[in-house]
Amino acid sequence: MFFDILINGMVAGGMYALLAVGFALIFGVAKIFNMAHTGFYMITSFFMLIGSTVLKWPLAVTILPALVATVLLGLVCFKLFFDRIKEHETAVMIISVALAMLFQELLLLSFGGHYRGVSPLMRGFAHVMGIRVSYQHLIAVGSTMVILAMLWYLLAKTKTGKAIRTVAEDKEVANLVGINVSRVYMTVMAISVAIAGLAGVVVAPIYMVSPLMWVQPLTIVLAAVVLGGLGSIGGCVLGAFILGYTETVVTFLVPGGAFLRGAVSLTIMICVLLIRPEGLFGVVFEEERL
Amino acid sequence: MLSYFDLIYGWIRGEILAVPGRVIAFAFFITLLAVPIMTQEPYYLRIITLTTIFALFGASWDLLSGFTGQLNLGQALFFGVSAYSTALLNIHYHLSPWVTIPCGSIAAVLVGLVAGIPALRVRGFYLALVTLSFPLILTGLVFVFPDLTGGELGLSGISRLSKSPISSYYIVVVTFTVSILMMWKFTDGESKIIRVGMVLHAIREDEISARTSGINTTFYKLLAFGVSGFFSGVAGGLYAHYMRVAGPSTLELFFSFQAILWTIFGGIATIYGPVAGVFILYPLLEVLALHPFGDKIRYVLFSFVLIFTLLYMPEGLTVWVRDKLEIKCPRCKLVNAFVRKNCRACRAALRLEG
Repeated sequence: MFFDILINGMVAGGMYALLAVGFALIFGVAKIFNMAHTGFYMITSFFMLIGSTVLKWPLAVTILPALVATVLLGLVCFKLFFDRIKEHETAVMIISVALAMLFQELLLLSFGGHYRGVSPLMRGFAHVMGIRVSYQHLIAVGSTMVILAMLWYLLAKTKTGKAIRTVAEDKEVANLVGINVSRVYMTVMAISVAIAGLAGVVVAPIYMVSPLMWVQPLTIVLAAVVLGGLGSIGGCVLGAFILGYTETVVTFLVPGGAFLRGAVSLTIMICVLLIRPEGLFGVVFEEERL
Repeated sequence: MLSYFDLIYGWIRGEILAVPGRVIAFAFFITLLAVPIMTQEPYYLRIITLTTIFALFGASWDLLSGFTGQLNLGQALFFGVSAYSTALLNIHYHLSPWVTIPCGSIAAVLVGLVAGIPALRVRGFYLALVTLSFPLILTGLVFVFPDLTGGELGLSGISRLSKSPISSYYIVVVTFTVSILMMWKFTDGESKIIRVGMVLHAIREDEISARTSGINTTFYKLLAFGVSGFFSGVAGGLYAHYMRVAGPSTLELFFSFQAILWTIFGGIATIYGPVAGVFILYPLLEVLALHPFGDKIRYVLFSFVLIFTLLYMPEGLTVWVRDKLEIKCPRCKLVNAFVRKNCRACRAALRLEG
């Protein structure tokens, strides 16, 4: 039981962390509250589904085209919608809700509402600490760690990362010192969508694929981001793992837990916010405090 | 006798006929009241009744989020709480709708105040997230206690609003009209009598400045939560009695979003915006649902309409139309019809020459 919780919590937390990181990145840099973020995760899963069932490609081959297609779609959405009204933060949020609905409805129209499975990348089980863990779960946990490490390297060590952090800090000054702000926005959008897509790649074989799969992670991802503090990447990873483990513990230990897991996660978020209104690692300027 | 008539006629001419927006609103309410004379088809009456209920719901979201800027993503909480408490009171204690709907609305107000407490601590997107999570938590609880709440199927067997569909229609429409007028007066920023509208605008524009001007923003924010909760609650209670079922769909995330989408489409911070939005979009979606292909693509079209409204009319439809039809006098701030060259009260030129 303990190790079940450990591994399943790791998978759930990892998926939420991947989604939350991308969400926090685009919010921190461009102040875009992208409710369609988990929509991109869903789209990648569907591209993989199309590749493997309609075109009959092997699953591993579908990953790259699916990711590229999702990133292109994300950039088109950014250019067409977000970029034009990015000064109005609420309008951006609403338009992203509309966009997510559009994705959902188009997928419902072309695939119908039922749940579909994607076959795992690798079949079989490994024995870890006495319990059977499928290779797919191990791949999910491993690739989450690798992706998070790569993102950290990109942000902390490279020149692009420095530019991204500068724009997040102050976009006027970034513009003055010669950083192409709109190109940074595009880069961040691409990275953010790509990470969401990778989350889709990693978990599509574990969870079911359906046109409604964006809703449940969305609330938890939002809760994780807020729990960690808006704009803090490390905070949202921690928040995601806290909520991922909470969910798993509730599902395993509480009767009727499958209904309650979202409720418990959100209650934790509310309690943290009541004590620390800016989240665990959020920054708040003293004059903004009320 | 004649002088009274002249007085009323003069008032109508000066206050309603002179302003195109008010003419439209007046004509709209008259039409709404006259619908049962034109058609008694139960299907049409049903659509218009539901539209009216949702319009009230949308307007209550506008009152809270549009005017005070407290972004509430969980307006369905008020609606659902009221629908469930109305249903429980009606099923277990057999109370009439005249008792259960006010009780449900009061329950919604209490929940609104509880939900408003975090609003005193968190702001902006944090508040949006906190409000978003309340209905989701409640949905979880609904599923855990199916004996009390009916679980996934919800509570059914609620008594009708009234015996005939036409009197139900009138109950809903009159409640709606009165509520909308109350909300409109409550939020009117230019009213000399009720100051609340001005204060709510001030809180949205700059909360810190409002506080420095000596406004108790805490009180006004809670007031907005309470009032908005009340009117959502009225809508929820009417819905429970009209549909005769209260289920978890009244607490859904998508339901909260719909209120937002209607309001954004119609025009935010106006009260009449969401009403126009619902009365345009909801019947349209229902008509589309009749056609098998239309039923499939209706939400695709809905999303497209929203996206294009946001891109090309970011203020919303009614504001766009209003700015075309009405012009404010630059000197005395009185509203004039677009055809006039001079203000109807002070004769100042309305537009710059050339």
